[in-house]
Amino acid sequence: MRVIHDIHGGIHPPERKALSQPGTLQSLALPPLLVLPLRQHLGVPARPVVAVGDAVLGGQMLAEANGVMSVPIHAPTSGTVRAIESRPIAHASGLEDICIELETDRQDQWVVLEGMPEWRDREPTMLAEQIRSAGIAGMGGAGFPTAVKLTPGPQRPIELLLINGTECEPYITADDTLMQCYADQLIEGAMILAHILGADSTLIGIEDNKPEAIACVQAAVAKANASIEIASFPTKYPSGGEKQVIEILTGVQVPSGGIPADIGIVCLNPGTAVAAREAIVEGKPLTHRIVTLTGEALSQPCNTLACLGTPIAHLLQEAGWASEVQQRVIHGGPMMGFAVSNLDAPVTKITNCVLAPTQSELPLPAEPKPCIRCGHCAEACPASLLPQQLYWYARAKDQEQLTTHRLFDCIECGACAYVCPSHIPLVQYYRAAKGQIRDSEQERKRSDNSRERFEARERRLAEEVAAREAKRAARKAAAQQQAISGGVDPVQAAIERAKAKKAQQGSSE
Amino acid sequence: MVNWLVNEPLLAALAALILLGSVFGALLGYAAIRFKVEGNPISEQVNALLPQTQCGQCGYPGCRPYSEAIAEGDAINKCPPGGEETIQALADLLDVEPQPLDAEHGVEKEPVVAWIREDECIGCTKCIQACPVDAILGAAKVMHTVIADECTGCDLCLDPCPVDCIDLIPRKQGIGFWHWPLPADRFRPIEVIATDAATRTAA
Amino acid sequence: MRDVLLATVPGVLVMTWFFGPGTLINLVLGAAVALALEYGVMALRGRDPRVAISDLSVLVTSTLLCIALPPYAPWWLIVIGVVTAVLLGKQVFGGLGYNPFNPAMVGYVVLLISFPIQMSSWALPRGLETVPGLSEGLQRVFSPGSIDALTGATPLDLLRQNTGLLFEDLMTSRPELSGWAGLGWFEVNLAFLLGGLWLLYRRVFTWHAPIAMLAALGLCALMGYDGGSSQSGGSALFHLFSGASMFAAFFIITDPVSSAVSNRGRLIFGALIGLLVYLIRTLGNYPDAVAFAVLILNFCAPFIDHYTQPTVYGTRKPTP
Repeated sequence: MRVIHDIHGGIHPPERKALSQPGTLQSLALPPLLVLPLRQHLGVPARPVVAVGDAVLGGQMLAEANGVMSVPIHAPTSGTVRAIESRPIAHASGLEDICIELETDRQDQWVVLEGMPEWRDREPTMLAEQIRSAGIAGMGGAGFPTAVKLTPGPQRPIELLLINGTECEPYITADDTLMQCYADQLIEGAMILAHILGADSTLIGIEDNKPEAIACVQAAVAKANASIEIASFPTKYPSGGEKQVIEILTGVQVPSGGIPADIGIVCLNPGTAVAAREAIVEGKPLTHRIVTLTGEALSQPCNTLACLGTPIAHLLQEAGWASEVQQRVIHGGPMMGFAVSNLDAPVTKITNCVLAPTQSELPLPAEPKPCIRCGHCAEACPASLLPQQLYWYARAKDQEQLTTHRLFDCIECGACAYVCPSHIPLVQYYRAAKGQIRDSEQERKRSDNSRERFEARERRLAEEVAAREAKRAARKAAAQQQAISGGVDPVQAAIERAKAKKAQQGSSE
Repeated sequence: MVNWLVNEPLLAALAALILLGSVFGALLGYAAIRFKVEGNPISEQVNALLPQTQCGQCGYPGCRPYSEAIAEGDAINKCPPGGEETIQALADLLDVEPQPLDAEHGVEKEPVVAWIREDECIGCTKCIQACPVDAILGAAKVMHTVIADECTGCDLCLDPCPVDCIDLIPRKQGIGFWHWPLPADRFRPIEVIATDAATRTAA
Repeated sequence: MRDVLLATVPGVLVMTWFFGPGTLINLVLGAAVALALEYGVMALRGRDPRVAISDLSVLVTSTLLCIALPPYAPWWLIVIGVVTAVLLGKQVFGGLGYNPFNPAMVGYVVLLISFPIQMSSWALPRGLETVPGLSEGLQRVFSPGSIDALTGATPLDLLRQNTGLLFEDLMTSRPELSGWAGLGWFEVNLAFLLGGLWLLYRRVFTWHAPIAMLAALGLCALMGYDGGSSQSGGSALFHLFSGASMFAAFFIITDPVSSAVSNRGRLIFGALIGLLVYLIRTLGNYPDAVAFAVLILNFCAPFIDHYTQPTVYGTRKPTP
């Protein structure tokens, strides 16, 4: 039996998971237009390899990876490329980004897929490369290119592969549904990932509020006779954060500023594992994902296997959306998600949930009052930070103190803001402060670089002037030398030559 | 002597103070010379905080002359590219009051880089000679182009160009440069109609 | 805030039973002055005054101060105290959340030092004197000096003045000292203890500061109680249930704004307050020491915070 540890702090918000009927997948109609952003992952955006007007098949690569921290984009179905332009995307800023717009032709014709069912005989590096070409990025919400995570390098031997089936955020049931409906694929995917990493053991962690998922996964493990351990632990938000779930299941903390691979652990989302299996065994790239559509403004909340690039408006309509005045639509969950400003924005690899709450269900935040230093925030923080101090320093823009108080160890889970009796939007302060500090560091690097270049230029110019001076002085010295040693003074000779020439010219006219 | 000390308390107190003052003053003076730490001259530290655009908007021919002037006591609010953040950093370093940016020297604008319209460039190299950080690539009769990563946006290349083919474009645009703003002190209601978001995010 | 006000009700009722309507008059007068003052100050500062009133924080400040003041104190004492507490204790620092000192204690200490006579004349409790009715109470407050009222020393005062009697004899020597901690005082403290336990149950604050203070106070009293000689400081039971001990533990030191922030810090904060209360009570010039102890520890709270920072996730040095 594995010892289950506890994290510091944490909260117990109402779960509201039954609303979206986890465990059943609805199939919704295909939209006429798909919008595929070139950046659906952490890192450099992909580079398009198709042109406007091209006819493409399902599974065809539309954009290739641009460097190591990048993954390709594939067409989810057949159709024609209508545009490669700026389009609204689901981002907290509300800004647009370059997307490939695909008009679907409803034929759903696919390229020929070549899988490797005998993956056990293949080299791990080759399998990792296949996962990269399939466009797989972390589907838990961060979108880290999975192939990079699977190749931590020889300096970091991996002992444990942890599949993170926690899904601690309220409302979201995408991973729950995946674990119930695709348990066999999950197990095979986990085995593939363990093979790539060379991990000694594999562990699937599931919160205890998902008994059906636990049962399905246990049955799948038994059927495949795999040596995979399943651990269930008490429900608490934010147990599902990578650092938190590692602490709960192993008792070890990921060193600050480091990654789990530093302590021999790699943590992946179950959706990523299933996608990896599809890529390896069937040769199918990442083109769909399970999205939870929930909230009381929907008359048919459900989980659906959505095409990447489906506009959010289309999904909401299919789920029976009855919009209110001042309706918010949240991409992600109520704790870490953000409101979408343009509903034409599409579903991407990191969209696990679309939440359409009514005003009474999730009221707008109350007006923030002054901080009364009650300290509840510090009690709730899973990273044992001092949110109160971070709040004061963020307001004062005191970058030094923010770094000393370890602002960058904050996982932005929102537990502190949830318990604050004065309703202060604490996480917004931390996000703003982090952005400002990163910005300042970039500016400082730039100005240091400019100063070096400027000083180098000054030195170069000074050298040129000095070289010219030296040459002139040398010539002068040589001329003087010649004059002293009794020869013809070259300067004098040159003057006489010039006088003679002038006289000649004058007389010939 | 003790009798005198007892009988003249006022003079005795004065004498004690003078004696103690001399002793400790001598000690401090000795320590200041004997244990002196060679630190960074202050103008170097000031120069490290300035943005190094070498634009001359402060009235000095470059950032180093301005940093030396600041070390002599000049005002710290003359640098528009540095903006409020630099003024605050200088105020913290020098332990003076931060002043708002002196409008006489310019206003704080968003960061820009130069961009040459290549169709119009005649290859005269005048801009290359003007650039203080050698950020323009090119030679005589050969296309000139600005290396955007090295350009500080000082706009010294605009004037020398005989065909006026250089523009200043914003450096920090697009989703890669966006970060969350600090919440306003008063809570703002969310936009009622979607088009409100467009005006908000333009900021 | 509402919970805190509700929790003071048992204590106030017991005080009213033993000392008459004096405390109630204090409370009403203080509340009126505080609300009017807060409204005016916030309007002057350009904030929305109704929002500032609606969170009841100023009402809590005035309630706590008025409970601490002697019943039937002259009306001007109440007014000066409340004005000082609200203005000097809170508003001048920036309002709610910005005050480094406990506002009620600031008001109390200013009054104690400026008007020592009025502050140390407590009405005699029921059993020694007929408790005045409402009209007489109002008269005593609003036209002080018009009625010759009998006031006496509190049990803590009597303990401090004691020079020759053994502690046990002292406790039986005067009617004011009947019971475990003085006539009426034991019941008052018990009522505040009940209110405080209810607040703990409601999770308004954590147990660390109150329990630390009471433990430290009790422990010091135990150690200082040398069997009850005439020099002794009083038994642990006496100290815990007399004066403002329970009131302070659950209502004064738990003010979040001026106390330490982390739970570890609160343990130290409470313990030091308990220690200081005992020391000032036995060695100092004033009979009750809560206000001074609290203010001194308010000074120290940022220092305590600095040294009780939690170990951030991922920064623990790995065990070799």
